[in-house]
Amino acid sequence: MISDLFSMTVLVGILASGIRLATPYLYAAIGETFSQRSGVLNLGVEGQMLLGAFAAFFIALTTGNLWLGVLAAMGVGALMGLAMAFVTINLKAEQGISGIGFYLFGLGLSDLLFQKLLGTVETVKGFPKVQIPVLSDLPVIGEIFFRQNLLVYIALLLVPLAWFVLNKTTLGLKIRAVGENPEAADSLGVSVARVRYFTIILGGTLSGVAGASLSIALLNVFQQNMTSGLGFIAVALVYFGAWRPWGVLGGALLFSLVNSLQLWVQVLGIPIPPDIAVMMPYILTILVLVLTVSRVRSPSALTKPFDRGE
Amino acid sequence: MKKFRFLFVVVLSLAVLLSACQPDESEPAAEETEPFRIAVVMPSAINDLAFSQSMYDALIMIQEEMGGEEAMTFDYSESMFVVDDAAAAIRDYASEGYDLVIAHGSQYGSSLQEIAPDFPETSFAWGTTVDTFGIDNIFAYEAASQEGGYVNGVIAASLSESGVLGVVGPIETGDAKLYVDGFIAGATATDPDLVVNVNYIGSFSDVALASEAANTHVSAGADALTGTAQMVVGAIGVAEESGVLWFGTQASQTELAPSVVVANQVYRWDVVLNEILDLIDAGTLGGTSFVIDLANGGEVIEFNSDFELPAEVQTLAEDTINGIIDGSITIELGE
Repeated sequence: MISDLFSMTVLVGILASGIRLATPYLYAAIGETFSQRSGVLNLGVEGQMLLGAFAAFFIALTTGNLWLGVLAAMGVGALMGLAMAFVTINLKAEQGISGIGFYLFGLGLSDLLFQKLLGTVETVKGFPKVQIPVLSDLPVIGEIFFRQNLLVYIALLLVPLAWFVLNKTTLGLKIRAVGENPEAADSLGVSVARVRYFTIILGGTLSGVAGASLSIALLNVFQQNMTSGLGFIAVALVYFGAWRPWGVLGGALLFSLVNSLQLWVQVLGIPIPPDIAVMMPYILTILVLVLTVSRVRSPSALTKPFDRGE
Repeated sequence: MKKFRFLFVVVLSLAVLLSACQPDESEPAAEETEPFRIAVVMPSAINDLAFSQSMYDALIMIQEEMGGEEAMTFDYSESMFVVDDAAAAIRDYASEGYDLVIAHGSQYGSSLQEIAPDFPETSFAWGTTVDTFGIDNIFAYEAASQEGGYVNGVIAASLSESGVLGVVGPIETGDAKLYVDGFIAGATATDPDLVVNVNYIGSFSDVALASEAANTHVSAGADALTGTAQMVVGAIGVAEESGVLWFGTQASQTELAPSVVVANQVYRWDVVLNEILDLIDAGTLGGTSFVIDLANGGEVIEFNSDFELPAEVQTLAEDTINGIIDGSITIELGE
């Protein structure tokens, strides 16, 4: 039975599933990486994802235009980010609690809009799988990497892009400075508030896309509370990835691959109780966190509101 | 700053309220004779195409049978996945003088056990279970979901060419487990060599994982899938995209994927509700438990009329249904 796990079909299946499952985590966690690197913990990701998922679904359903749907998700996510930025920067509210507030707001509002505007579970024609010419015909690799929908590719491209912006641009330097030592950044003329507004709104925008990647690309339905905790796992993945885009990618892939592995474990009839099998990705994540977290340092100003003093 | 903090707390409370409150549909009807008032608390949404919708549809049906809102009104709280919130709602409904309060979810049982004795004039019902706790104002109801599962399994086995079937389940408990075990029994009774792969994903709401579970089944060679609970909408999408057959349960899922849905086991809670209402009419507020099954019409196998089922399979399906009803087919569950 265990040896069945190493057949080609199974390995390809696990990897292809894993990459699909990782997609929403990537958008949300890369966005969260930006806001945390600038010193803001945004726990509202899940709510932003739900509203993004609904906006994308509703717009795609009514206009038939998937890109308008993505745009709507970005807009809604950005608005949620704007509100979050106002609450945490101008009002200096406690970040964890206000994040939970925004999560509940997104959960409730997306549910309400769904009831009022749709009323029932429907399907939409989402982003089709794109077969990248030549590459998709490669054995094994082709099926895993090059027969996915567009939002999967964009999520993967986002990782090097985020790394570049954070590490090789002035903007990235400002973001990191604001997250490590806002007083010093401020004394050098960097507007802490403006940088944080930018990162929180960017985080919200990407969380919106994370929602869209579910509702109009991977699943093509909208259902209440459909993100089912994905947004919170995305926040955990930022810690897991040590606030670095490549680390986040590693974490998202590890978590998703173990999740798709446990699906296969059950299907192949390997005698592990399903309750234990579904715990595997979570246990592994906790283990890795415990083993690594002492060795990496979080951004010094994380969760601390910045007060210029007079 | 204090003011802003206060403002923020207000916004936060509003958000919580918004997430907890559900649209309240029914307006009080014109007062002539008092309508019979039912309240129901449900774990998921009334339009989940599954467990909660089956109850909502039944209430709508009963309301029509009884003659509209003058005769019966009902209110509901949906998406009550937090049991404490549900308990509060149940108590509220009871103290507002509803005639019958339904706790539609086995997770609400212990709350009901505490609440019901405080309201001896109110009738309560809960499911899916057979346990009334020996309290005489609690009714219990259950679905013999293994029966429809068995029929679906027989049809799936007859249509499968690959000899592999896949099941996407939530958590291995309650009517989900009954349905899955019934499906396996029906499939293997039809073709002992058939492989039925089962996946419990550990969640009633994770649509994305349900969809990947379905992908896994398809990669493992399954050409017919089934699944139970509200997160299966993700799996149905995969079935349609991959062109493999789908068998539904709890409510009709045909409209989600008309090209691949073959049959659905549909719960008709109105059968139970009618009996409960008759008993309440006669002055009995509880103490009885009910089971819906194929024999009493509480479970119905609904075929998708757009799906061309071969005549001999149709006959086999009907023979199976009749066999379960007259007792000539017994369903052996278990490992």
